[in-house]
Amino acid sequence: MGASELRPTQPGNTKVMNRSDLTKRLVARLKHEEAVVGGIGNTNFDLWAAGRRPQNFYMLGSMGLASPIALGVALAQPARRVIALEGDGSLLMQLGCLATIAMLRQKNLAIVVMDNAMYQVTGAQASATAFGADIAAIARGAGIAKSSWAADEADFEQLVERALVEDGPWLIAARIDDKPAAGQTERDPAQIRDRFMRGLGVKK
Amino acid sequence: MSTVGEEGRVGPPWHAIVHETLKRNQVRLVTYVPDRVLTPLIASVHADAFFTAIPATREEEAAGIVAGAWMGGMRGVVLMQTSGFGTLPNAVASLALPFQIPLLMIVSERGTLGEFNLGQALVCRVMRPVLDALAIESHTLQRLDEVEFVIDRTIKQAFATQAPAALILSPLLTGGKVFTA
Repeated sequence: MGASELRPTQPGNTKVMNRSDLTKRLVARLKHEEAVVGGIGNTNFDLWAAGRRPQNFYMLGSMGLASPIALGVALAQPARRVIALEGDGSLLMQLGCLATIAMLRQKNLAIVVMDNAMYQVTGAQASATAFGADIAAIARGAGIAKSSWAADEADFEQLVERALVEDGPWLIAARIDDKPAAGQTERDPAQIRDRFMRGLGVKK
Repeated sequence: MSTVGEEGRVGPPWHAIVHETLKRNQVRLVTYVPDRVLTPLIASVHADAFFTAIPATREEEAAGIVAGAWMGGMRGVVLMQTSGFGTLPNAVASLALPFQIPLLMIVSERGTLGEFNLGQALVCRVMRPVLDALAIESHTLQRLDEVEFVIDRTIKQAFATQAPAALILSPLLTGGKVFTA
């Protein structure tokens, strides 16, 4: 993504979208058994609600570790595209990982951040993004050049499409509303992990 | 660098044994938060193309990377010092243990046998009780002649049983970090 390209550079320029809707749009574009690692809370629940895929991993605790887990999968399987699905609060907890991912220039990795400027699942307390912390700018500052806000749904889909074919690492941030998740993940960690490993072809 | 064994033979130092034992067990991914004592091991894995060696910004992050890599079919280990282990309990208790992920940890032990920093000493008091509370297999390595056996068997058990394991490198083995001011 060149600096000259016209893109929204401030979250304020972008449309407030809906997490469930964007997650369905994201999942609909996955045609090559891409791995998706869902963070905790609503990103995870909406990933579950968008349709069970064997290549989805649903994290149940360990807030902030969706991106590191996705990075690990990406390192182990360089031929597969891997997506970390995070919220603003979760990403803020583990910002250092952006620097690690940038340092490694992990080509097959994208981080999708659903930013509603709050810790929605714990009672809608405001996060730092409500006061000006800019996730896409933070990622660029960490060295992830292909980091952008999605202007609207069509732009989100275009960015996802590019992240699935062009070298990363990518960070795609989307401003979202405060609507609840469309479902709730079944919390059986051993089964989640086993299905994921079979989905990745690691277990037969 | 080499050390003299009990029979007076010159043998490889602890870090060379760890390096070779990881390699023999196909542990390719080494994530770490740096530590003075671990420096020769970190340098040697970086110098060996067999390994993918990655500095992480936090031990939790390193644990997440290793967890994801294992699910993707690549074995890994996290290297840290005692204080780093102190940041890990949530990642171990909410990720590695419930998901049955063999998180292999190698901890350079600070806080004992000549520690000069009280902050390190107190974390050291916490580490083993936490490992025991989580029912994690752990061994403290003090003798050079036991390093290969203990590490080899611990790695094999961790991956066979899909359980985390911790190997603590005592200053009795490594010399530790010495106060020189």
